[in-house]
Amino acid sequence: MKRLTLLIALVLCATAIYGQDFLTKSKVSGSFQIDGNYYWEDKGIGITEEDINGESFGAYGFGKLQYQLGNFTAGMRFEAYQTTPMSGFDSRVKGMGVANFFATYDNGTIGVTVGDIYDQFGNGLVFRTYEEWTLGFDNSLRGIRAVFRPYDGVTIKGIYGKQRLYWAKYDNVSAAEERGLVRGIDGEWDLNSSITSLNGSKFRAALGASFVSKYEADSKLHVGDIDLIMPQNVAAYSGRMNLGYGRFGFSTEYARKINDPSSFNNYIYNEGQELLASLSYSQKGLGMVLQVKRVDNMSFKSNRLATQNDLDIGFIPPLNYTHTHSLPSMFSYATQPLGEMGIQFQVNYTIPKKTLLGGKYGTKLAFNYSQVNDIKRDSINVDGVNMINQPGTKGYTSSFFAIGDRMFYRDFNFEIEKKISAKWNLTLMYINLYYDMETIEGHPMAEPVEAHFAFGEVIYKINKKHSVRVELQHMWDNVGMDQEIDPIYEDNYNKRGNWMAFLVEYTIAPKWFVSVADKYNYGNPIAEKRDHYFTGSIGYIKDQTRIALSGGRQSEGLVCVGGVCRAVPASSGLSLTITTSF
Amino acid sequence: MKKLFAFLLFGFMFFGLNAQNKSDLPNITLKNLDGQSVNVAEINNDGKPFVMTFWATWCGPCVKEHNALTEVYDDWVEETGVKIFSVSIDDARSTAKIRPFVDGKGWPFEILLDVNKDLARAMNVSNPPHTFLFDGDGKIVWQHTGYLDGGEEDLYQEILKISK
Repeated sequence: MKRLTLLIALVLCATAIYGQDFLTKSKVSGSFQIDGNYYWEDKGIGITEEDINGESFGAYGFGKLQYQLGNFTAGMRFEAYQTTPMSGFDSRVKGMGVANFFATYDNGTIGVTVGDIYDQFGNGLVFRTYEEWTLGFDNSLRGIRAVFRPYDGVTIKGIYGKQRLYWAKYDNVSAAEERGLVRGIDGEWDLNSSITSLNGSKFRAALGASFVSKYEADSKLHVGDIDLIMPQNVAAYSGRMNLGYGRFGFSTEYARKINDPSSFNNYIYNEGQELLASLSYSQKGLGMVLQVKRVDNMSFKSNRLATQNDLDIGFIPPLNYTHTHSLPSMFSYATQPLGEMGIQFQVNYTIPKKTLLGGKYGTKLAFNYSQVNDIKRDSINVDGVNMINQPGTKGYTSSFFAIGDRMFYRDFNFEIEKKISAKWNLTLMYINLYYDMETIEGHPMAEPVEAHFAFGEVIYKINKKHSVRVELQHMWDNVGMDQEIDPIYEDNYNKRGNWMAFLVEYTIAPKWFVSVADKYNYGNPIAEKRDHYFTGSIGYIKDQTRIALSGGRQSEGLVCVGGVCRAVPASSGLSLTITTSF
Repeated sequence: MKKLFAFLLFGFMFFGLNAQNKSDLPNITLKNLDGQSVNVAEINNDGKPFVMTFWATWCGPCVKEHNALTEVYDDWVEETGVKIFSVSIDDARSTAKIRPFVDGKGWPFEILLDVNKDLARAMNVSNPPHTFLFDGDGKIVWQHTGYLDGGEEDLYQEILKISK
């Protein structure tokens, strides 16, 4: 509250000094969002009064206010999370207050920000702070950032601060809420912008490098029955380049991290490394990209005791395709910071208009293949004993190019989108998915999902404003209806077996939409779990304001953004979302 | 920390005043598909209106909106001289995929990469798609969140209102 008062006082004070000039140049903007949920008992999908635990109402909202005057910007964000057991948020997110405030001055050559900072170096491998409302995720850095652009194409950035951990204070906190200092510097040089002879050249090149260090004061830790000496400073660094020639592009980033024993990696002293590389070709109507990735022991957090998604300093980009249709999105991939090797190949092609296959409007094709495996780990010899992943040791050795036997995820999919006439539009998709549920969701002994999906969507435009959209989906799972299930592992089968789903949506552009949908787990091996998840929603959009109300059943699933996931339990109820900005 | 904050805040405001800010676009630097830096505050369309739309590869309605805008773009440009800037808010996972994705779909717009949502935050974009219409001076005259089939017609009516 003090900060708000301070901010208002300053604005008023400056207004008094500069008068008219100040008022005409000042800009105030902002946005807010409210999500309200009302949950009820639904024995059909196993939700009892006990699950709800008297907390049937959940509400989450934020309000953002921003003030701009020329090169100066200041802002704050108020957040309120009234979480409930049914919402699936981490319970620590519960609370309210001014979660974020900042002030920036940036004249294009020099920029300084103080407050809570969001930024990333390169692809974010060694530093990325961001906020994802739907996940309840925010790892912003409270401190200072300076940006310096001395010449065209050259950018140097420095950051210094402590990360946000839900509502925990920044000083004088318990060991679990303690956060180390994060300091970093990043430089980037875009050759085409700074070397005039390369201006307009077919050859493009940009280089960058980052260095980040975290400092934690404690150097001793008792793990199990051993005393370990912890590194107080952990450095991570990376180099990157982007090269292009005409229609070809190549970009890569390689990062290393020195020994960083943590609760997350079971206190091993291995170094971490990560490689990301992409090769692409594109021309009008055709785009292809091949990407590879290797991650080895790259969890990098500002508190070595932190688990889950807390206090990540670095970001590990997932490579796989993001499914948005309701059935395949139940099986979204979560990145594995301890080790993974991935490959992804994607082609987008538009069959030109006025050809045999393209027809009057052209036909859009997309093909995608992604696979992620574990890395291969070999045991190490410690005092004559072969061991792997033991606290206080180097953990393991791993050959850079050796792929682990365990496959975490594989996705092969193909999509055709065709505008048939001015009124009809058709989309068809086939997906073949392998999903290691045990690793991705942390369910012990869960059988991997090996499923096929078919998706079809038809849009019929009744007239310029009115449209009907119908979506049909089916999933064929490798777990059949008659499979014997060990009662201990029943929970691993909550969403297994065949599914079918439909959705019908009627829209009146640009303002109204109404839809009904059902997902039916008719092939679940457990008869009581063969449930319908029926939902209805209605929404209204006016300019930048959107109001949506929906009701019905929500199946158990993962909400994932950028490989970071939040598990959401099955629930039944009503939800209302209002967003607007000004 | 608080004193430093207050001190810097005041200093920034003082300097802020001396700057001429013509448009509603913030002073944020993004990359285009060639990897070159673009200062968003300098974006303009030679005095003609322009559109800025926020999207992501994982956002179905965004892709639909872009496909629909592609269909009508040539006509709109001919009629009004409008230009569309399309800002991807995909994170680093997709940075290398955007160019092949956009080219593969045949989208003719000027693409900017807002990899850590700096511009989206500054322009109060919560959920994509979010579309802004700017007049020739770079002032926001209309905005809309979401896309429903046929919604591009509404945008066109707004463009017609401000293009002479």
